[in-house]
Amino acid sequence: MKIWRIPDQVIRLAVVLVAAVAVLVVVRGRFVPASFGETGHYRADAVDVVAAQPIRYAGSQICVECHDGEGEAKSGSFHRTVSCEVCHGPAAAHAEDFESQTPLIPRERGAECLSCHEYLSPRPTGFPQIIERLHNPLQPCIGCHDPHDPTPPEVPESCSACHAQIARTKAVSHHLTLECETCHDAQAEHREEPRSFLPRKPTAREFCGSCHSESADSPADIPRVDLRDHGERYLCWQCHYPHHPES
Amino acid sequence: MAGQNDERKFPRREFLVRTLQLPCSAAVVTVLGPLALGSDAAAASQSGSETSEHYFGMGIQVDKCIGCGKCVEACKAENDVPREPYYFRTWVERYVIHNDGDVSVDSPEGGIRGFPLHEGESDVLRSFFVPKLCNQCDNPPCVQVCPVGATFKTDDGVVLVDSDYCIGCRYCIQACPYGARYLDPRTNTADKCTFCYHRITQGLLPACVEVCPTGARIFGELNALASPLRRLMRMSSLQVLKPALNTEPKVFYSKLDGEVR
Repeated sequence: MKIWRIPDQVIRLAVVLVAAVAVLVVVRGRFVPASFGETGHYRADAVDVVAAQPIRYAGSQICVECHDGEGEAKSGSFHRTVSCEVCHGPAAAHAEDFESQTPLIPRERGAECLSCHEYLSPRPTGFPQIIERLHNPLQPCIGCHDPHDPTPPEVPESCSACHAQIARTKAVSHHLTLECETCHDAQAEHREEPRSFLPRKPTAREFCGSCHSESADSPADIPRVDLRDHGERYLCWQCHYPHHPES
Repeated sequence: MAGQNDERKFPRREFLVRTLQLPCSAAVVTVLGPLALGSDAAAASQSGSETSEHYFGMGIQVDKCIGCGKCVEACKAENDVPREPYYFRTWVERYVIHNDGDVSVDSPEGGIRGFPLHEGESDVLRSFFVPKLCNQCDNPPCVQVCPVGATFKTDDGVVLVDSDYCIGCRYCIQACPYGARYLDPRTNTADKCTFCYHRITQGLLPACVEVCPTGARIFGELNALASPLRRLMRMSSLQVLKPALNTEPKVFYSKLDGEVR
């Protein structure tokens, strides 16, 4: 009599187990994609699928290979950071086949210029903005401005031409009657090369004190403070916003 | 008794040896099995890190954004995003902080057509635009919740979606704390910003960075010593959105207002 006779029930269980493992292996091989898990818990081939998507925006480096004149004009102008395809639309098709595919050439007064240059208060201070219905109505923008070198044909007369946000804020404050030059010493060159010649700002508490101190020689209805004990550790504009002192 | 009679046929020594063999062999399998598998996994991840020389990130200078919406337009054109105004890979929000401290945020059509002048303009204390997109988290919640492994982080640090494998369960859309994902109505699969993976792998910039007229968006290598992005990170103090969630975003904002969520 054999000592180690495998019982029948164990053999039956083993058959079921082997079958289950075989089914698992077959099903797994059938449903798990080929490259799954090669580089992580995902299908490695999916990276190539995403990377194979077609390109629509060619990039301005390709544009200036043919349009070198425009590229040259733009490279020294205020629009040097503006890529060609911002105004002309996606141009990869045009770069592939320039005869049949034409990019946008916006010539009318409209969205292409105004989407950036129409006045909006959240736009950064100093960004050139116009109020469309007041700025030479019905004239096309490119009648006066070359879009590849858009330096204004005339130097702006008022500070608000560029600093519209500050001008608008100041217009509803108690400082509305003050000229910008009251506080800012702007050289004439600032109007032509705004970033090379920055206007000066007040540096000392005594500047505001010339109107707002107890001893100032200014109209009686102006609020007064004693500079010696009013916020003596701070400069005035660390607490008050000079273009809207109420806020 | 039978046991005592059969003692010679089934000796105690053999019984003990055989009973000890079972746990011993089980222990060997449990210890060596994972080791053998683990060495495979380690080899795979090692080869992965060798192939990836990139680690992409983006910097956004909030004080340069003019809210023109060119990035939204370019993103939709480049990536074939549905034109309906509820599908965005990137969008621009306008924050308006009123004199009484109330904050209102709007993003009409994602800012694709720009923004109308805000009503009640005289009541505005300050306002600014914030471009938003997938933050390409280093610790992405969307990847954690995907039940099938259809969304994943590549070795380049970019979080992608495998649209052939996605089952459209929307877990990832729920999990994203930045609202950066949508369900593409044509394929019923999740979709999101890929940092224009098809462009950056060919040395081009993402479409939104390419068309940003003021250079508010800066794209580059996070692990390079010299890149425009590294320069921005060196020169300005940066914030990320919702840092408390520990998602470790790779989209960095400079000059971000404290009110931005």
